[in-house]
Amino acid sequence: MSDILNDETKKVLVEPLVTNNPITLQVLGICSALAVTSQMSTSLIMALALTLVTACSSAAISSIRNHIPSSIRIIVQMTIIASLVIVVDQCLKAFAYDVSKQLSVFVGLIITNCIVMGRAEAYAMKNPPLESFMDGIGNGAGYSLILIIVAFFRETLGSGKLLGIEVFKLTKDGGWYDPNGLMLLPPSAFFIIGLIIWSVRQWKPAQNETVEFKILSISHGEGGHH
Amino acid sequence: MENYISLFVKAVFIENLALSFFLGMCTFIAVSKKISTAMGLGIAVMVVQAITVPANNIVYHALLKEDALSWMGITGVDLSFLALLSCIGMIAALVQILEMILDKFFPALYHALGIFLPLITVNCAILGGSLFMIERDYNLGESVTYGVGSGLGWALAITVMAGVREKLKYSDIPAGLQGLGITFITAGLMSLGFMAFSGIQL
Repeated sequence: MSDILNDETKKVLVEPLVTNNPITLQVLGICSALAVTSQMSTSLIMALALTLVTACSSAAISSIRNHIPSSIRIIVQMTIIASLVIVVDQCLKAFAYDVSKQLSVFVGLIITNCIVMGRAEAYAMKNPPLESFMDGIGNGAGYSLILIIVAFFRETLGSGKLLGIEVFKLTKDGGWYDPNGLMLLPPSAFFIIGLIIWSVRQWKPAQNETVEFKILSISHGEGGHH
Repeated sequence: MENYISLFVKAVFIENLALSFFLGMCTFIAVSKKISTAMGLGIAVMVVQAITVPANNIVYHALLKEDALSWMGITGVDLSFLALLSCIGMIAALVQILEMILDKFFPALYHALGIFLPLITVNCAILGGSLFMIERDYNLGESVTYGVGSGLGWALAITVMAGVREKLKYSDIPAGLQGLGITFITAGLMSLGFMAFSGIQL
């Protein structure tokens, strides 16, 4: 165990979760992260699919990294990623047809998900396959974490259910919870991500962005007019 | 004709790629700090979208769809699973060709849009447009309309976003919400605004 989980592996597995989260810090891969989050079940499948694709494509690209001429590397990476996504897509169609219908084009969009390309370009091109695989898993997990948090809020508040199981009894079924319809609509995903970013940065102030323009307070040196 | 107008309006406002399908978000957030750059990228996306959606439509209907190869005398072949690979290949190739053409014949335009073109290959909005076209089974005319419309919608969204963000930098935002956080909240409010179009029926 200690052989496999050395420091580097641990670092690439744990860091992307909060300290270096691909969504909240690197702004990568939010495209599909939001569209599938109105239900927990689709989000879980999406998270799993993306983690698998990221890990496998990083490992594959890393194992041939010394043979790819740098001028055509993007297209090579793209082909590997697209092939893996096709495999995932076909598996979903075969074994979970309903979910694959709900995810519609968003499984295909894993190809252009910036996390996959970003990790291939930034990590897998420079590191050996095993570490790249772990890095893929780590970043996939960081992405999944955000996806699951967003889906948790959207599904529970929006329809009073979690994974299809009733959590709050709705007023229309004689319960007390009046569902918040906004949570099922696209804008709520933006708000929730914004709030997640805020809370993460409140917790780890090192991630705060530098202010481009400082607002000069009028009261400075003039004894308190506002 | 009515059908096309309705499709166009739907693609621009109601089913806006950026604000109701979250497509192309990475670039939407990253390149919306200045109106001029945002507009440049928006136009580039629109042009590429207007070319690639119909092109992918032709390829899909001529080669990949079930029994599409019957004009070559081959029947019973369904290559539609290759759609993902062919779409992304097509987009990458077309963007590359567009870049070369602009460089050769329209140097001024190339300098304005050139830097955005490589970004566009990996923009989810472009691939998303083509995949929606396949899923909704548009014909060639509809795919041209949809390509132009969805590109315009995306361009509109990013330009408006940049306009808001240019003013936003003068406001006093809590430290943790600075930058990315407030951008998301703004995008959410804009998306809320675009929801108002959803009742329109043509």
